Amino acid sequence: MMETDVVVVGGGVTGVAVLRDLALRGVRAVLVERFDLGTGTSGRWHGLLHSGARYAVRDQESARECIEENTTLRRVAPHTIEDIGGLFVLLPGDDEAYAEQFVEGCRASGIPTEELSAAAAHRREPLLAPDVKLAYAVPDGGIDSWSLLRSMAADAEARGCKVLVRHPMVGAERDGDRITAVRVHDAVAGEDRTIGCQWVVNAAGAWAGEVGRMAGVPLKMIAGKGVMVVMASRYVRGVVNACRKPADGDIIVPQHEVAILGTTSEQVASADDISVGLADVDRMIDMCAQMVPAIASGRVLRAFAGSRPLYVAEPPADGGGDGGGDTREVSRTFTVVDHPKLDGLDNMYSIVGGKLTTCRQMAEAVVDRLAERMGVTEPCRTATEVMPGADHGPHQVAEPLARVERDQAYGELICECELVTRGQVRDAVASGLTELEDLRRKVRLGYGPCQAAFCAWRAAGMLAEAGNGPGPGGDQGPDAVVGLERFLEERWRGQRPTIWGDQARQALLNHAIYRGIFDLQGAGVPDEAAEPSTPAGGSGGPPGWSPGGAGEG
Amino acid sequence: MLHVEQTADRCIKCNICNTVCPVSAVTDLFPGPKYEGPQGQRFRAGIDTGDSPDKSLDYCSACGLCTQACPEGVMVAEINQVARSRLVADRGGLNLRDQVISRPSLMGGMARPVAPIANAVMAARPVRLLVEKTIGVHRGAAMPKFSAMTFRSWARSHKAPAGTTRTVAYFHGCAAQEFEPEVGAAVVRVLERNGARVTFPKQGCCGLPLVSNGDFDAGRSYATRLVRRLRGSADDPGVIVASSTSCGMTLKAKYRELLGLDDPDTRAVSQAVYDICEYLVGLDDDGQLNRSFAPIRARALYHPPCQLMAHGVGLPALDLLALVPGLEIERSRAGCCGTAGTYGVKVEKYQIAMDVGRTLFDQVTESRPDFIVCDSETCRWHIAQATGLPVYHPVQVLDRAYATA
Ligand SMILES: Cc1cc2nc3c(=O)[nH]c(=O)nc-3n(C[C@H](O)[C@H](O)[C@H](O)COP(=O)(O)OP(=O)(O)OC[C@H]3O[C@@H](n4cnc5c(N)ncnc54)[C@H](O)[C@@H]3O)c2cc1C
Repeated sequence: MMETDVVVVGGGVTGVAVLRDLALRGVRAVLVERFDLGTGTSGRWHGLLHSGARYAVRDQESARECIEENTTLRRVAPHTIEDIGGLFVLLPGDDEAYAEQFVEGCRASGIPTEELSAAAAHRREPLLAPDVKLAYAVPDGGIDSWSLLRSMAADAEARGCKVLVRHPMVGAERDGDRITAVRVHDAVAGEDRTIGCQWVVNAAGAWAGEVGRMAGVPLKMIAGKGVMVVMASRYVRGVVNACRKPADGDIIVPQHEVAILGTTSEQVASADDISVGLADVDRMIDMCAQMVPAIASGRVLRAFAGSRPLYVAEPPADGGGDGGGDTREVSRTFTVVDHPKLDGLDNMYSIVGGKLTTCRQMAEAVVDRLAERMGVTEPCRTATEVMPGADHGPHQVAEPLARVERDQAYGELICECELVTRGQVRDAVASGLTELEDLRRKVRLGYGPCQAAFCAWRAAGMLAEAGNGPGPGGDQGPDAVVGLERFLEERWRGQRPTIWGDQARQALLNHAIYRGIFDLQGAGVPDEAAEPSTPAGGSGGPPGWSPGGAGEG
Repeated sequence: MLHVEQTADRCIKCNICNTVCPVSAVTDLFPGPKYEGPQGQRFRAGIDTGDSPDKSLDYCSACGLCTQACPEGVMVAEINQVARSRLVADRGGLNLRDQVISRPSLMGGMARPVAPIANAVMAARPVRLLVEKTIGVHRGAAMPKFSAMTFRSWARSHKAPAGTTRTVAYFHGCAAQEFEPEVGAAVVRVLERNGARVTFPKQGCCGLPLVSNGDFDAGRSYATRLVRRLRGSADDPGVIVASSTSCGMTLKAKYRELLGLDDPDTRAVSQAVYDICEYLVGLDDDGQLNRSFAPIRARALYHPPCQLMAHGVGLPALDLLALVPGLEIERSRAGCCGTAGTYGVKVEKYQIAMDVGRTLFDQVTESRPDFIVCDSETCRWHIAQATGLPVYHPVQVLDRAYATA
């Protein structure tokens, strides 16, 4: 049996930040994640490094946390950040009194703002609606959660901690008021294992309630679904927010080469409900086009949804029930749930709520509590210790272009949209990746406008050649063709709610390629595609396949 | 209408643009229109300052065949030109060579008083070597001959016939004005054979060489000046014919597409502009073309310039030449002769231009025509230099056929 001091459950940004914090304090720990890192909400979110301004009017505690962490992350993980700034724009019809509250709220929360005239705002964002009256500049940014997760995990592993992906927690062994071991299912080997431990940190986000249940404690999470729409190009240089009470479709976040429009906020029964309604897509485009009109006629690539991990200590009076309400009223601050005090479970803490921006602070809070109990005196160092990769500096959109130009690798492109070269794929495959999905998260293969028309079959060929996942008839891994179909199915699922105009033309070309040339059945086929896969449960998916198909971020 | 850069969104990666690109077919230095255009664009968006990383962009000749080929409406070549203008702005403007070759009216104006000497000097090999070394104009590149007499001074002494039935304004541009007044004269005579009174509004350089070399700011100031000067002709007579394929195209669409000039004056001028052959074919369609051509017993090869495709008017010159009895016309198989304006004169691009032109030059060697016909001046100069054959504007051929009729 594997033994460790602390088991961290959940490989989103919160869990991985906890692992790194523990590692920096010299504590032995193992993180278990049911799929791959970032396949929960941390891969299905908006990509905004909050300045806190979105919370400045109604939730100043969150606002302050955000601006603090915004500053900290820029210092310790600059390479994961696009330093692009943000605007809050005032449109005709917007309440000017709200704008005043906004400025005052930012001031009170310590968020610097700068008022820009309409002309100055248009100089900064040429595609902004002509009727924008004025704008406030705030230090919003963009952040890449895959990159953040990779850096934090690499740092933790370099310091002796362990990350076990494809290891869902399936149960807990309890001895009185203590958990003595966590039971996990090794999804690759197909067998259960136990990990003996002294402490458990539950960082399972929107799924934290299930982990609580396995540990025998009540923990009520609300799943707050948010839908986001991906445009094929950036449209804006920095983040653009509407200067009004947060509502549907009030933010555009440019990220790498795309823009992400968001979002909705709807309470749903299960965190696994990531279905996307067409009406939500339409509304998002209509609302965001008020700020940037070109979006109305632009090319939409995909739509996806994620679940906010909202925690309510006391279920709200209206029942806090199983669906329907707007969840924006729930505070976005985070909570360390003290199970020793609340539930008499002496060695587990849950860390829930919060935002991606505040993951480091969340980890600090829960590890401080734990360290005190464990007698560890080493202070938290995550706010000052820079992450591996930080010397690269902030991410620049044009980097891939510069890389290909430098290496004159024009003829070496596997994924043309994302400028992924043969060398990059070869390196990733050499590091042991076996799935196209993993390649996507690692090198961004298949993210772009053509949605894998050419890269998927090229990369599948490279995977098969490398022997990671043998070709048809092999026995140690997924068949190359099956892997290809699975990848395409996932690409297709995200496109389904956005098939019109340019993307429809693309889908027809892809159809011709995969159906006509490769004779694949079903994959990406407009006329007979299945309904969007049912909200994914934790089981049933093939190894390494995240049923959530996570990760647009 | 979408902004040029936004058309990048329409790309479905089909590769058709790459199959027609004459430049990437002959050199690895240019990664091709799809890469530089819609692909690269996604990574350039959002850059407001700083160096654009893809210097290879500079190898696009802006021939525009990719834009014509794209079935999705991506303005590939124009995306590249806009991006190149950023590169140029980043570098702090054009280098000396590009400054000089981008201002044909200035060059012509300076050399005219001493045209014979200037031509003799420019023909001297040591001088060309020196020019290549100092400013980077290839020693082998075709150079237009400076003309001692400008087109306008010819026009002033020209006696228009009486009894005209229509009026047409002529935009002669720099080529006819400074280097080939004979082409301008042919245009005037051919129009007059068709009952037109030809007016010569005050004009100037359209700014195209500046635009295609990437200096959009300078191009814009040329453009606004020219629009101001041609504005009256756009109303009266309402028709402005141009004999330079690419300058005509610049007036028709590039001010709007590339320079963002979309004011009513620019639009009015754009809508009044016709390519000379387009205009004559229009007359013919209305049954008003004077078809009394004398035979020309000769074999000619017609090469439509790449920029002509952008006009979207088919190959009007071919229709007109077919009316000349006795003239046997063979059509060029090449999409581009290689020079694409000033591209082929640059020392680092001359060989590429020659390689692109190979298809055409080989065809010429094979079929040995008596002369070559091509609408665009820089193409004519390049083809003449490479083949040693005379190369005429289609209107010069018509002029001959009328004269001997
Ligand atoms: C629509 C939307 C937009 C957002 N936008 C922003 C934004 O712009 N900026 C921002 O800062 N925040 C944003 N957020 C919030 C942010 O994404 C989340 O707060 C954050 O990602 C949560 O991270 P986490 O690690 O707590 O949860 P998760 O990332 O969900 O991680 C939990 C992990 O636990 C795993 N897990 C579940 N059950 C088990 C089990 N039994 N065993 C093992 N592992 C298990 C899951 O697979 C998952 O990987 C947004 C959220 C949503 C929904």
